[in-house]
Amino acid sequence: MTAAVTIRIQQADFDIGHEIAALTKSRTDVGAVVTFSGICRGSENGEPIAALTLEHYPGMAEAEIQRHADEAMARWPLTGLTVVHRVGRITPGENIVVVLAASQHRQAAFQAAEFLMDYLKANAPFWKREESPKGTSWIEARGHDETAAKRWTKS
Amino acid sequence: MKVKYFAWVRERIGVAEETVEPPASVRTVDDLIGWLSARGDTYAYAFETPRVIRAAIDHTHVKPDAVISGAREIAFFPPMTGG
Repeated sequence: MTAAVTIRIQQADFDIGHEIAALTKSRTDVGAVVTFSGICRGSENGEPIAALTLEHYPGMAEAEIQRHADEAMARWPLTGLTVVHRVGRITPGENIVVVLAASQHRQAAFQAAEFLMDYLKANAPFWKREESPKGTSWIEARGHDETAAKRWTKS
Repeated sequence: MKVKYFAWVRERIGVAEETVEPPASVRTVDDLIGWLSARGDTYAYAFETPRVIRAAIDHTHVKPDAVISGAREIAFFPPMTGG
């Protein structure tokens, strides 16, 4: 069977169970699905936040995720990959992103999911603005996100 | 060419996108940042620390020395914070 890649950027929430089911439906060659979900925290650097607002670069965001998904498909024997990233206003406890990697065995699924998240963090054009009692401000990029992405290019 | 701005770069400049026609002497992304910075205070503020600005040409990340000739769309934005 062919491997399915699904990429969506949307305002609406998503159902992780539904996304897992979509990767395993009507096939019996999937032995592992690894799911990473990113959730909005209620504080940032010890300060409470009321919400995050996510902005993205339409067109490029999809292209960047697709490029990294293609690379993951080439690097690991996957049966499917799904990335759903939300944009707009998101409050603490709500989903932000989900990455699912499906494979016959767990190792490829674990590695592909981690690779995709590391690359998304450092290279996909999304930006978070936080709302706190002090007002709104753009969240600064963390140096360790770029370091995490770069380790996948070492051989 | 079309130029797009995102996140605080967009907020500082005050527009999300515009069409610009820089002179032929503006060859690279870095040159374009310099040329845009001279357009006014809002641009100078947005580009006050050029090393933190990221750029993309036609939806692909590029470095400051990338040549801009032939580009349809150039975007400027801060380091990304998605995921």
